[in-house]
Amino acid sequence: MIGNIIKKEFKELFTLSTLIPIVVIAIVFGFVGQSIGNIGETMEEKPVIGIVDMDDGDFSDIAMAVLIESAEVVYNGGDAAEGLEEVREENGVALLVIPESFSQNIYANHPGEIEIYWIMKGAGMMDSISSGVLEGLIQAVNQGISKTLIQQDSSFDPALVLAPTTRVETTFFKGKEIEGLSSSQLGNMLSSQSIVIPVVVMMLIIMAGASVISSMGLEKENKTLETLLTLPVRRSHIVIGKIVGSALVGMIMAAIYMIGFSRYMSSFQISDINLADFGLALGMQDYLLVGISLFVALLAGLSLCIVLGTFAKNYRSAQTLVFPITALAMISMFITMFKDFDTIPAVLRILVFAIPFSHPMMAMRALMLDNYSLVIGGIAYTAVFTVIMIVVAVRIFNSDRLLTGSVQKRLALGKLVWGFRR
Amino acid sequence: MKAVEVRELVKDYGNFRAINGISFEVNEGEIFGLIGPNGAGKTTALRVIATLLQITSGSVTVFGYELPKEAGEVRKIISYLPEEAGAYKNLTGREYLNFIAKFFGEGEKFQNMVQRGLEIANLGERINDKVDTYSKGMTRRLLVGRALMVNPRLAILDEPTSGLDVVNAQEVRRIINSSVEAGVAVLLSSHNMLEVELLCHRIVLINDGRIVAGGTAAELKKEYDARNIEEVFVKAIK
Repeated sequence: MIGNIIKKEFKELFTLSTLIPIVVIAIVFGFVGQSIGNIGETMEEKPVIGIVDMDDGDFSDIAMAVLIESAEVVYNGGDAAEGLEEVREENGVALLVIPESFSQNIYANHPGEIEIYWIMKGAGMMDSISSGVLEGLIQAVNQGISKTLIQQDSSFDPALVLAPTTRVETTFFKGKEIEGLSSSQLGNMLSSQSIVIPVVVMMLIIMAGASVISSMGLEKENKTLETLLTLPVRRSHIVIGKIVGSALVGMIMAAIYMIGFSRYMSSFQISDINLADFGLALGMQDYLLVGISLFVALLAGLSLCIVLGTFAKNYRSAQTLVFPITALAMISMFITMFKDFDTIPAVLRILVFAIPFSHPMMAMRALMLDNYSLVIGGIAYTAVFTVIMIVVAVRIFNSDRLLTGSVQKRLALGKLVWGFRR
Repeated sequence: MKAVEVRELVKDYGNFRAINGISFEVNEGEIFGLIGPNGAGKTTALRVIATLLQITSGSVTVFGYELPKEAGEVRKIISYLPEEAGAYKNLTGREYLNFIAKFFGEGEKFQNMVQRGLEIANLGERINDKVDTYSKGMTRRLLVGRALMVNPRLAILDEPTSGLDVVNAQEVRRIINSSVEAGVAVLLSSHNMLEVELLCHRIVLINDGRIVAGGTAAELKKEYDARNIEEVFVKAIK
């Protein structure tokens, strides 16, 4: 008896329509994971660096020994500009310059100064792994010098022994030269944008998307759709009305969610650096672009949802149809959170660009670095995507699909346009 | 002008032909009935005329407007009541009538429509309750009110008394009759042969997507030597 019930439940729940989205998403996630790479492998890789030793003293020798042993040194010469160029070409992390008076200063009980020129490739979480490894090597350099100081003479200042070097740091990131910040510090500062913005966008898309798909499912389940479609109102107005209504519901729900989430995130905020001091603050027009990007992405998501919603037979099947939207939003969120658009493989870059939700996730960070082409291009693409989806949705609303589940073979482009006007 | 003119209408669902070349006309101020067994094509025919389904071949005009080209104009003058229609459950009955009336008029016209809908639905104080709390009969009365309050030139009613008890069904039939007196043309389908005989000025019998008989109730009974339409129906589809 129980076997009979299990068999019935299985047959009812395990259908092709529930299986296909999960299989597709599993494949996409697997592909994304493979493309982004393995954190463990990246951490084990030697950081690529350049060294300019202008001191050639005892302590710079210690530093050189540690760095040469643990890093891949692509430049070891006397010209900082040349070294920087070489490191850039070799896709390196940083150029370390040890000035002339390095060892002399330490002997004089003053910390030795190391100039570090960081070359930052991306602001994603995984983009800062190599620089993190180099930070570890600099610690090892300090330990090596401290050990020598202790062995040589006990008259050194204990503070010097504990911290024998200081750093003067400059970070080069996407055409900007940011003095006084390491790539790790900059990465930490940008991490709030890396985490909060993608999560906000993801929640907004999922909440509003679920609303519009459920609305379609409910129209069918409550048998209100037929009446709605015979009212003297354009199909395009029905589609747009559903999209805007759901957008409002989604925005309210996402706002409530984000109040809690932002408080949660603020408890992890450790950086008190002001972005404006480094020319990274956003102006009014930047915020306007972020707003437009978010708005068109929301419309794009909802127009895609309404197309998916036409497949809903009832409220329950509508819930299943939310899954592809959730998965797309999560793919965008994870990729933009962990990697910078410029540092991901080309295929993945196309995927990220193609998913409209990615653009507001990337917009704020891109605008901080004056990458207007990515943001404006993203808005234009998302707007075109939205228009296409709305036209498709209107066409479906004009067809038999909503009531019968099938479409007559009359999907000529001309009729698409004509159907939209009706 | 004819309220509805259907000429050689064919409707296919993939390889299945639901309607196979039917033709009929509905006059202004007339109640016209489509009767037939389940799956005969009645609802499909009503849905085509209500602008919900595409036409495979043939032609349909409603008060001179051609489908599907002038579907927008047709929607302004028709009102469709599907067999298994529902209303938005989170709205009250009054809010639902307001929602629908806003598509058809503003100001005094809107107020009059809602008032008429309230009178037809006749739900008393319950009109201010959410639709979710209504019985099937109450929902149906609300929907009949919704369908007829907008003063359509053509009311398309699919099983208008479906799910109603005898008293409510009689009341709905009375409302339909009074609407026709006000000039509305009614195209309805029904399984209830008594209802069809009582209500309709003319009837067509549909079976397997084809019209097998048509005329007034009296003409059909005479033609098939039957005592009532039920007998006509059985004899016609044999």
